Amino acid sequence: MRDLFAIRKELPPAWNRILGVAAFALPLLAWCVVSYVPAVWHPLVKIDKPGGVSWFSPGLLVDKPVFREESARAVAAGRARPTGEPANPIFLPAPDKVARALYTAFTTPPRLQGEQWLYQSLWESIKTIIYGFAISSAIGVPLGVLCGSYAFWSRLTEPFVDFVRYMPAPAFGALSVAVLGIYDAPKVAIIVIGTLFQQILVVSNTVRKVDPALLEAAQTLGASRRSLLLHVIVPWSLPDLYNDMRILLGWAWTYLIVAEVIGVSSGITFFINQQAKYRMFENVYAAILIIGFIGLGTDQVLGFLGRRIFPWKNPRPSRFRRFMLELFTTARTIDASPSEPSERSAA
Amino acid sequence: MDTTFFMPPSYLDQSEAVAERFRRLRARPVVMDVRSLGKVFPTTGGQTVALHDVSFQVHRREFMCVIGASGCGKSTLVRILAGLEVPTSGSVLVDGAEVRGPGADRGMVFQGYTLFPWLTVKKNVMFGPMQRGLSESAADVEARQWLALVGLEAFADHFPVQLSGGMKQRVAIARALANNPRILLMDEPFGALDAQTRAQMQHYLLQIWKNVDVTIVFITHDLDEAIYLADRILVLKAHPGEVREMIEVPVPRPRLPSQFGGTEFGAVRSRLEELIHPKSEAMLDELPMIRLAQAGDDVE
Repeated sequence: MRDLFAIRKELPPAWNRILGVAAFALPLLAWCVVSYVPAVWHPLVKIDKPGGVSWFSPGLLVDKPVFREESARAVAAGRARPTGEPANPIFLPAPDKVARALYTAFTTPPRLQGEQWLYQSLWESIKTIIYGFAISSAIGVPLGVLCGSYAFWSRLTEPFVDFVRYMPAPAFGALSVAVLGIYDAPKVAIIVIGTLFQQILVVSNTVRKVDPALLEAAQTLGASRRSLLLHVIVPWSLPDLYNDMRILLGWAWTYLIVAEVIGVSSGITFFINQQAKYRMFENVYAAILIIGFIGLGTDQVLGFLGRRIFPWKNPRPSRFRRFMLELFTTARTIDASPSEPSERSAA
Repeated sequence: MDTTFFMPPSYLDQSEAVAERFRRLRARPVVMDVRSLGKVFPTTGGQTVALHDVSFQVHRREFMCVIGASGCGKSTLVRILAGLEVPTSGSVLVDGAEVRGPGADRGMVFQGYTLFPWLTVKKNVMFGPMQRGLSESAADVEARQWLALVGLEAFADHFPVQLSGGMKQRVAIARALANNPRILLMDEPFGALDAQTRAQMQHYLLQIWKNVDVTIVFITHDLDEAIYLADRILVLKAHPGEVREMIEVPVPRPRLPSQFGGTEFGAVRSRLEELIHPKSEAMLDELPMIRLAQAGDDVE
């Protein structure tokens, strides 16, 4: 048992799995307890039969003290006693309701004409992310590589990038609507603004970590400057850049929610806001969970592919079963794999 | 003369065969000509002279070791020879042409492992030839030959991370040689290896040197390694780094590990110790013996 809390030591594989499952099971358990054990919270009463209280109706939620007071008054006046059961506020639906909503949200047609189905909203959000991230990467990755490799480009670019980086992307919302219209373009622009400036700095920092001994070795093998960039710096940084992209993609999702309320509200954010207006909070939870599933899913798939694409980082052959296990055991395995020890002596 | 009978053997004594070999060596063309090299590093509030007026010549197919106490600038020297650093004064000529930056004519093996981790062993060796503009198939053929020479054909498709330290350095040697360099510069290449692997690698290196037309300049701080490998040993003195002596190693070739106990070997060794650690014995005596009371007589 002591071994489980040793500092910076690996856990036994079985424990990795147990804790990985527990990481999800414990919050779920807490949610179940709050939802299904009335003694824990349940500050409200859901009216079953209104009895002699005129303003009660079946399904209405009232505070417990109000319910007690009204039922006492009804009994004193000789009217029928109302009945009801303890309940949680409407913004905390029980897990089974949310679980059902995960399915029914997809099968329920939109309430109003012109509104979108859930899957349409989702697809719109995903498209916004893909466009935004692709545009940002198309500029940010090459520029970051240049900045990390050449002091010239770094000096010319990074001070300004650092300056813009501190401006919150949503601050550009009104401006981007004015320039790009009210539909999809300003939303993509917000994601680009939110991601690009961080991306340039993250990429250049990763590229800067290339082992100088490898560059010197390549030079003594006759490599030109161009060749150093293309055949040493780029291949050396690719696995780390790939990981950076995984993390930055997570940031892009954060900006998505901000971007989607700009101009004509759209995508998954519109769905969430509409459902909250209808007080269908189980659908709100379902939509939020779906974003989580999409995020975790893409990250795990990208991590799995990363180990395939860069076998030199992790020479053991990976199999599908390990992928399934690792879903619950380790995240970001590429970061954790041992890198080449550089044992350069100080001259 | 009676007196010489009682004198310890000198490192200057050469058997006739060895003397003949050095005459032949000196007659060979000069591959690398180092002319009064100086290197000054600026430091806070002054400057450090790393190298001062270092001159020597390396002849074709010579095996030269550079030795010296730490801080004598031997790494700086080899980095200048490779073109990775620019000297403050003086010049380096390879086949009469002045060195201006790194080039494929001077291969280098570093102390740290500098194989490209994303390339397989074979692709690592192909790197130089492909930079030269060879086609992939031609470079492939070339790489296989050099891997065979260092005995690693079986590991052609492995990644560096899967190799032991000694194997990595063998690949590094093959990679440097695949460029057909005039000179192979080696900066303490076996320094990170364990003693047994190091002895093996020294043996391998002599075999390779015998089979390949290449001149070697080998940096080390290990006296035995220098004597075992070198034709001549360049001894540097520290602060500033200057040439102290150029020693012609009188140990006959082919070198064998059994020669480590021989008289010529011992003579060179004691000379090197004299040059590099002149005060080591005296300092041992001066060590304060604070712990003696606790240790008792258990330790002699």
